[in-house]
Amino acid sequence: MTAPTLVKSAPVVSTPPARAGMGPGRWIRDHLVVLVGMIALLYMFAPILVVIVFSFNKPEGKYNLVWNKFSFDAWRHPCGASGLCESLVTSLWIGVVATLGAVIIGTLAAFAIGRHRFRGQATSNVLVFLPMATPEVVAGSSLLTLFLNLGIPLGYTTIVIAHIMFCLSFVIVTVKARLAGMDPRLEQAAMDLYANRAQTFWRITFPLVLPGIVSAAMLSFSLSFDDFIITNFNSGSRVTFPMYVWGVAQRGVPVQVNVIGTAMMLIALVFVIGGRVIGARRNRLK
Amino acid sequence: MSIAMAAGLSETGPGGVGPTPAPGGERRKLTPYFLLLPAALAMIVFFLLPLLTLASTSLMTGSLESGYRLTWHFPTYGDVITQYWPQFIRSFVFAGLSTLLCIAIAYPLAYTIAFKAGRWRSILLVLVIAPFFTSFLIRTLAWKQILSDNGAVVDFMRSTHLMNITDLLGLTQGRLLATPFAVIMGLTYNFLPFMVLPLYASLEKIDRTLFNAAGDLYANSWTTFWKVTWPLSLPGVVGGTLMTFIPAAGDYVNAQLLGSTGDTMTGNVINNQVRNFAYPASAAMSIVLMVAIVVLVIFYVRRSGTEDLV
Amino acid sequence: MAETTSTGGSLAIRNLVKSYGSFTAVDDIDLDVPEGSFFALLGPSGCGKTTTLRMVAGLEEPTGGQIMIGAVDVSRLRPYQRPVNTVFQNYALFPHMTIFDNVAFGLRRRGAQNVRTKVMEMLELVELSHLAGRKPTQLSGGQQQRIAVVRALVNRPKVLLLDEPLGALDLKLRRQLQLELKRIQADVGITFIHVTHDQEEAMTMADTIAVMNKGKVEQLGSPVDLYENPRSPFVAGFLGQTNLLTARVSGQSNDVLTTDFHGVVLSMPTSRMAAKGPAVEVGVRPEKIHLADLGQAPVGYNVIDGTIIDASFIGVSTQYLVRTELDAEEELTVFSQNSAISLRQVGEKVSAYWHPDHTFGLHEGAWQEAEAAEVAS
Repeated sequence: MTAPTLVKSAPVVSTPPARAGMGPGRWIRDHLVVLVGMIALLYMFAPILVVIVFSFNKPEGKYNLVWNKFSFDAWRHPCGASGLCESLVTSLWIGVVATLGAVIIGTLAAFAIGRHRFRGQATSNVLVFLPMATPEVVAGSSLLTLFLNLGIPLGYTTIVIAHIMFCLSFVIVTVKARLAGMDPRLEQAAMDLYANRAQTFWRITFPLVLPGIVSAAMLSFSLSFDDFIITNFNSGSRVTFPMYVWGVAQRGVPVQVNVIGTAMMLIALVFVIGGRVIGARRNRLK
Repeated sequence: MSIAMAAGLSETGPGGVGPTPAPGGERRKLTPYFLLLPAALAMIVFFLLPLLTLASTSLMTGSLESGYRLTWHFPTYGDVITQYWPQFIRSFVFAGLSTLLCIAIAYPLAYTIAFKAGRWRSILLVLVIAPFFTSFLIRTLAWKQILSDNGAVVDFMRSTHLMNITDLLGLTQGRLLATPFAVIMGLTYNFLPFMVLPLYASLEKIDRTLFNAAGDLYANSWTTFWKVTWPLSLPGVVGGTLMTFIPAAGDYVNAQLLGSTGDTMTGNVINNQVRNFAYPASAAMSIVLMVAIVVLVIFYVRRSGTEDLV
Repeated sequence: MAETTSTGGSLAIRNLVKSYGSFTAVDDIDLDVPEGSFFALLGPSGCGKTTTLRMVAGLEEPTGGQIMIGAVDVSRLRPYQRPVNTVFQNYALFPHMTIFDNVAFGLRRRGAQNVRTKVMEMLELVELSHLAGRKPTQLSGGQQQRIAVVRALVNRPKVLLLDEPLGALDLKLRRQLQLELKRIQADVGITFIHVTHDQEEAMTMADTIAVMNKGKVEQLGSPVDLYENPRSPFVAGFLGQTNLLTARVSGQSNDVLTTDFHGVVLSMPTSRMAAKGPAVEVGVRPEKIHLADLGQAPVGYNVIDGTIIDASFIGVSTQYLVRTELDAEEELTVFSQNSAISLRQVGEKVSAYWHPDHTFGLHEGAWQEAEAAEVAS
């Protein structure tokens, strides 16, 4: 390389002062991405805003579709619509029981697959994904045919079984991921420091996997609470909250449904943000 | 909540754990089987057995009154396919389009959160999942309200003549509600976080110095994106596609609430058949749907070269 | 296991074997580590050193052989039943516990008294007692490393195992911690067994080094011994650079062995010849060779004439490459202290000479193995 070429190419090759060097084109493109991202976020929030706003509406007729008058009525009487709170309680109970079942069975299985070596491990790994890859109509209708063939009456039990089944895979995958992210040397270190197997499990393994189990439980609960398609096939005469909403959708949704929807989101937000704050505070502890 | 699910999905690559259990006896070798037993039993009885029942039901004939008997009646399959092929086609076209839309919408969002958000990152992540704490039926009903004939969106599209274009494409019919547009939009909306979270998880893992390296090697930001960012985010794209496409193809709620009778999908048909106790037909439909999805997924995963992902 | 004092802290390994299917990671090794010594297992990655350490810790089950600590055979004991503690690679500090709880972990498992005093004493030792309430992630790499050492030491093990404990740290910090570990070892007097692939680290810290290669112990000795008198081409190449010349044994008188290199006599003490047979390789370390003007080498030395074909100035020394006159295939690397007034030039003809006592002998073809070892080091 001769001196003249070096000088000539210098303005192109060298990096001119920090940010300006990115050029206006890059600047626009960078911010275009952010702009599109924010529009996407708006898209995600649009229906939520409608739900929240209309929870304060006092509709003229039975259809809560047009804004009429601001009112706290529905918030004051959240159980004012008949059948709503019964369905809510049903959903909460089913959510709790199904979550417990799925988390217990799933965590055991995750430990088996993630922590042991055995024949059939590869098969188990694939089988775990199958329910997730099954469309809900298929899962729901196939369970229904089973229950019908076995003569099991539809109701509370069949809903819980169905919910455990679609939560199970998610629990196994979530807990297994947490296990996989754990340094095996931590358990070895505990053993090296005179902890026997039980102590190693309860003092090291379990506390470290717990966040995975907790998020699996939260996930299971929200999946169970929100499920409509599979439940609709296997519920018999039981009415869960989503089924209640589906039922009233045709004849006019009461304002209370918006109230419950808004409250659910607020409660979940409190949980998530609270969890994060606690986590952050724990990390910052001196 | 669903963060864990989506992130967990994409994180489950190879890289298995290498636990080194201390010297142990025979009893230890049985432990995994004991641990696995409840889940395995549940899977066999309540997942695999139902699928088998479904398969056998699809070959039955009879009626609700006289009972159904296994007669190996294969023509049911031919019947449901010839009768409901438009619904099958619609399921896959709607699901495919909404998956593409999901990628288009989710990618900038995930990219923003992963690389541009700075200290806003965790707040944005919470915001992404926050809407999904509200029942999806309530949200879908809210869309019905937003897209209604005298709503702001319709007014806007009419006044800007956007509606003329979408009408021409057959997506809308002078209105938004009860059109394919509304169904596809609803599907896109409902499954969006299942695209955002895996995408975010795989984008977040990318080593930023790679961007600098690409820039250093004369790639502009566009080239850097297509040659570095996009290929490295493929596991997230594939994971998100599966999590979006599969449930979308089987969905019937969006078609029911946002579409017209001309926009029904496979799920609607299956649901109606079950309501009318036409069990063999619904079973045959379910099997066809599932086989079609599995074939498509295998083809897709092969093509994208990410077999080790699942 | 009761609290142990540092008595009976010798380690003896007999016929230790570990195989994974058809692959033998540790191939029938014997080791004796005297109590209170700082012992290093040195070798390239995959040589079996970590596997050996993990078998001593009880984290890996031997395929065969015995591990004795003091007079007790611990080979079949669980990790938590052995009087050894380990400093893990990347430290393996429990992320969900404070520093204090990490250090107290082992004491509490064994139901020790005065846990608080003991933990704080140990934290004092590494001057980190002010961090007792922190979580591991809030500590720097060097601090985490110290905590890992203290967490193991507080249990007063008979043997402390260190698995590449400094591998994750930068060079400067590593030098500092090498000295600190040595000081701690001298303070507590516990037997340290240190696994490393870094020959400089092993030589700085250990009083005895076992050089391992392909599952076997190549040579065992003090750093000086290993460096000055390598008994295998691997050791010669892995610890520093070496020159090897192909020669034939020409005679032996008293304690002196003479060899013939294209008519030139190169002699060495008989004890420093590790090979038998007429065809051998004669070795000498580059810094042992001096350069003189052609024909000016002093009497009583091994002398080889040659031409300088390359010279690299490195500050404290200059590295010359000398091609021998007698065999154009053979080259000598020479490290010359820059104490001379002028440096030698490329193309200059010189006499390279060194003392017979600095000469060692290896078997024929050793240069290839030595070169491979040098690349691996």
